[in-house]
Order: sequence, then C-alpha cells, then structure tokens
Amino acid sequence: MQPFTTLTGLVAPLDRLNVDTDQIIPKQYLKTIKRTGLREGLFFDWRNKQDGSPDPDFFINQTKYRDATILLTRDNFGCGSSREHAPWALLDQGFRCIIAPSFADIFYNNCFQNGILPVRLKAEEVQALFQGVKATPGYRLTVDLAAQTVTTPEGTSYRFDVDPFRKDCLFKGLDQIGLSLQHEPAIAAYERRRKADAPWLFADL
Amino acid sequence: MAAKTMFEKIWDAHVVRAEADGTTLLYIDRHLVHEVTSPQAFEGLKLAGRKPRRPKTVLAVPDHNIPTTDRRLGIADPISAKQIATLEENCKDFGLTLFGTHDIRQGVVHVIGPEQGFTLPGMTIVCGDSHTSTHGAFGALAFGIGTSEVEHVLATQCLLQNRPKTMMIRVDGVLSNRCSAKDIILAIIGKIGTAGGTGYVIEYAGPAIRALTMEGRMTLCNMSIEAGARAGMVAPDEQTLAYIKGRPMAPQGALLDQAAKSWMDLRTDQGAAYDRTVELRAEEIAPQVTWGTSPGMVTGVDGTVPDPKTMPDEKFRQATEHALAYMALTPGTPITAITIDKVFIGSCTNARIEDLRLAAGFAKGKKVAKGVHAMVVPGSGLVKQQAEAEGLDRIFREAGFEWREAGCSMCLAMNADVLQPGERCASTSNRNFEGRQGKGGRTHLVSPAMAVAAAVEGHFVDIRHWN
Repeated sequence: MQPFTTLTGLVAPLDRLNVDTDQIIPKQYLKTIKRTGLREGLFFDWRNKQDGSPDPDFFINQTKYRDATILLTRDNFGCGSSREHAPWALLDQGFRCIIAPSFADIFYNNCFQNGILPVRLKAEEVQALFQGVKATPGYRLTVDLAAQTVTTPEGTSYRFDVDPFRKDCLFKGLDQIGLSLQHEPAIAAYERRRKADAPWLFADL
Repeated sequence: MAAKTMFEKIWDAHVVRAEADGTTLLYIDRHLVHEVTSPQAFEGLKLAGRKPRRPKTVLAVPDHNIPTTDRRLGIADPISAKQIATLEENCKDFGLTLFGTHDIRQGVVHVIGPEQGFTLPGMTIVCGDSHTSTHGAFGALAFGIGTSEVEHVLATQCLLQNRPKTMMIRVDGVLSNRCSAKDIILAIIGKIGTAGGTGYVIEYAGPAIRALTMEGRMTLCNMSIEAGARAGMVAPDEQTLAYIKGRPMAPQGALLDQAAKSWMDLRTDQGAAYDRTVELRAEEIAPQVTWGTSPGMVTGVDGTVPDPKTMPDEKFRQATEHALAYMALTPGTPITAITIDKVFIGSCTNARIEDLRLAAGFAKGKKVAKGVHAMVVPGSGLVKQQAEAEGLDRIFREAGFEWREAGCSMCLAMNADVLQPGERCASTSNRNFEGRQGKGGRTHLVSPAMAVAAAVEGHFVDIRHWN
C-alpha cells in the first residue's frame, strides 16, 4: 500500500448527499477478479447519459478536474454495499483523499486499506471548501496527515480527527495482515483459552 | 462486575489484544465468502504465500452472479461464469467448504448461514457483504467487511477493529395486522435516517421485537446497514434455540446443552448503559413504502409523496428533488396511486420460507395484474425445495408469478434479472438506490405481503385493508 504523508492537490466537487457505493461503481464492474482498471466504472451512471455518451455536466468529464486528487463531497459518502471496488475505482481515477462531513463505516475503513485518506470535517468547513472550489478555478488544498490538517490556498487550516493506529498504518503504508501475523502467539493463546470455554466454536464444519 | 450489554459481552470475549489507542485485534469465529468480494483476497493470499488459518470456519457460496433460470444451461455471461469458476478454484486450492452452483444447499449467503446452523449466538461472523448484519438475529456480532479484510480474516482469523458505540432500539406494543419486520425496520430507518446508526451496533428489543419469528428478526437485522449500522442484534431466547436445534452445522447433544447455557447468558445485564436509545410504538407503524432513492426516503402506505418545498434543510431538499425526478413522482401523490411494472420477491431480506409462505397466502386464488411482471426468487435451494413440497410454487405460478432458482437476482441485478430504464418495481429487497436493480430502474421497497398485493392490483394498496 502506498503511504500517505502530505498531499497538495486539485479538488473536484461532488455536491450530493448519501452517495452510495452502487453509484461510485455499479454492479457490472464487480464481476472482475482484479483490483485494477476500474476507473472507467467510476460514477458510471452519472458520468454517462442514457445514450451512453459522456455527460459534460458531470465533473469527471470536465478537463478542469481531470487531474484532481482530492474529492470533496457531502454527508454519508460511501453508504450501502461493502464493495471495496469503490475505493479501488476512486484510486484508479487518481483520488488519494476524500473530504466530507461524514462517511459510511465500511467505506471509511476500506479507504485506509488502500492508501486513501478519508477526512471528516465539520459541515460548515466542507461548505466553505465547496464555495472555494466554485469561486477559484484550479482550487487546491494541502492535506497533511501528520499534522491532521487541511489547508486552503488562503492559508486557513482545518483540523481533522483520525485514530492513531490507522494514521500510523496509512502514514507508513503498512501491511496490516503482516502486523496481525506478528501477534500469532497471542492469537494461538486466545484460541487455546477459548476452546476450553466454548468448544462448539472449534468443531469443524 | 459492571453491567454489560450483549454487544459488550460478545466483543470482550473476542479481544485477542488491543493497541494503545483501543484498536482491537478481534477474533473472528466464522467467515462467509461469495464470488464477488473474494477473488482479490485469494489472489492476495497467493501472492504473499499465505494460507487460511482455520479453513474449517469458512463457508463459501456463489450467489450474486448466479442465474435464477435453469442452471443446467450454464452461465451465459462469460465474466460471471469466470468469477464463479474462480471461487470454485480458490475453495479447492485452499480447502474451503463450498456449496456450488448445483448443490441443493446453494443460496443467498445470508440465507444459508442460518439455515445450516453455521450462524450461532455469541459468535463473531463476517462476510465481504454489508448484509452480514442479518446474522445478528441470533445474538451474534455479525458485520460486513471489504475485500482487504476478507484476506485479513482468512490469513489471521482476526480483524483490526475500533469498538463501535451501542444503540438500543426498543419497539413496544403490538404490530398491526399484516405488518411485519420489514415495516418495522423501514420505519426505523425513516426515523433515524440512513446515517443514524453510523458508528453504532444496534440492539433491537421490546415486546414487538420479541414477538418476531427468527426469520422476522433476520429481516430486521438485515437492514441495520441501511440505517448506517454495521451490525444489528437481537438477544437469543428459546425461539432462537429451537431454530438452531437439529441444523446440520449446529452443535448437538451435550455440546448443544453447554452452548445453549452460555447463549442465554449473552443477554444484556439489567442496568447496562447504551450510548443512544431510540423508541418506537409498533401500533404506529403502517405498512411502509419507499418513495425515493435512499432507504430513509420512506413513508406509510397511507401517506403521500412528500413535497421538497416543505423541507427546511437545503441539502435534503435538493436530494429529495433529485430523487423525485429520478423516480418520476410528483409531490402530493398518494402512495396507493403509484402504479408498478415489476414485482420482485426475494433477496437476503425477504426470501426465506416464512416470507414465501406468507406471500403465497396472499397470492392464493389471485392473478397478477395485466402488464405487471412478477417473480419469486427463493433464498436458497433448500427454501425452494421446501416451498415446492408445500405447493407454494404452484400457488405462485397459478397467480402468474415466475418461480425461479435461488440467488441474489434482482436485488442488485448482477445476473440477467434486471429492470429496464424507467421501469418501476415493488421489491422486497433492501436498497432503492439509483440504478440498483438496473440503470434507470425505479425501486420501491416493501414487505412481501405488500409486494403481492401490488402485483395483483398493479399499484400499491394498504395490505391492512386488502380483501
């Protein structure tokens, strides 16, 4: 996993509430057995019109947002299905950071598994950023994971919270499975203890 | 000792170790796997040279892509076929139990777990699927995970988790005639919103919950994720035990007695505190129908399509306007005036034998309205077999419903069962998102009883007063 330290990047706005993972990447892209190449499916039903041609009003199709690495959106982003294809598709498009007032739990967690930083800011701060994007072409933000800040071109900094453990894993790009495997003795000891107390949990299927 | 909630008891019993910030290495007892969210996890294991730690805790099944028509004809879509073949290969390579395409036990992953006695109280259960919350109906801590975590559980039998907050949702009183668990959960989502449960595990309690059958409790817990909660739970009782007893993967004899004793101790202690409590009255819950593109956009069947102009919050007003445009609905329209093109009875929410019995009871002697296409997709091969033994398939067929093979089907339309653009569907599934059942398709979530009545009348009707 690619570490996330600081990112200064172009911001793309997606001004909608409750964007669900079916919208981020629809079902036909879930048939893949790979993690890569999912960008063409990103927001597929919104980026394309009924006749299949690109919708010029949707941000992904606009040249000015082509190189965006930060997605700015609204409450409850990533709700619905647990599909990790959603962060894979966002990453494939180039997004490394998503800023919203709130995220759905499973999506939030999936981001950290893929080197994407989901940033929760207050609703009024997100509103101010939307206004910034609207007012300033080429609006860029600097996201600093170590300092836990998002800084605007005007120099305003917003602080965000992130769990220390997740932060450390993302900052260093750590393999979480490798970390857990370091605790093999603790896992084995747990299993021995548990088997004595609740043997039915250890009956083979 | 401090009073604990059921969630806290189960969580505490599964802590392997904790980081300084509280991040916990949580032990996972059971793992369900399906074809869509697992291939990349198996690939990851192979690339890293890792093996499943306890392959005998895993049960795999293809369900999302699988055709619900005659399977002997094979799978027409080569990409779907490849994904299912990949699951079969991975199960073989890693020694995992698989209920394959032609196995009578195949079905929707959240239907077969309980059906087999794989799902038991007090367990931690995960699956790369958000509707894993279903299994909480047994008093298990069950939640959906992403593919990276599927790999993590396979390799370590553990997950790194942050302890969620607890929410008690208490439903007092008695449900109205013909109202069901589906109406309760839709009403809850309408009340607390689709993000109301974010960061929480919900425990459902109260007389109206206790009165639900195990299948009703599964419907309830299933849609906890639509309220934003990763997990929902109902404390085990005698009914839970009666359901489990005799199932193929459940403990038996003395081991069952030992387990049952510990299961009854899982119940929340007197005086234990929750971070949030929500209360509803069952009598106040009308049959529910969603009118928008998020499960929280819901009202009673006796209501009307809301008017965005009356909504004070600008963002919610915009979202409502957008949803009504997508759904092609006009504010003020009575719900009962909404006509439908299709009916889907199925999914991990409402495709168990009891759902089909109830639906067949309403369909008996009736005919699906002209111009309406209705289908019934059983939750598993065993549900289908049971329904056929009881003659339910005949009732459905005679009423003009299609009777299909088991699978996820039109809940998410990954197989050939898809809404066409503009088609409007009364669906017993769990999500009414834009395009969920097919690009441009319009979904109204309802209970099985409401779906049957809509199929017969061609529009929504109040099932409480239907002949």
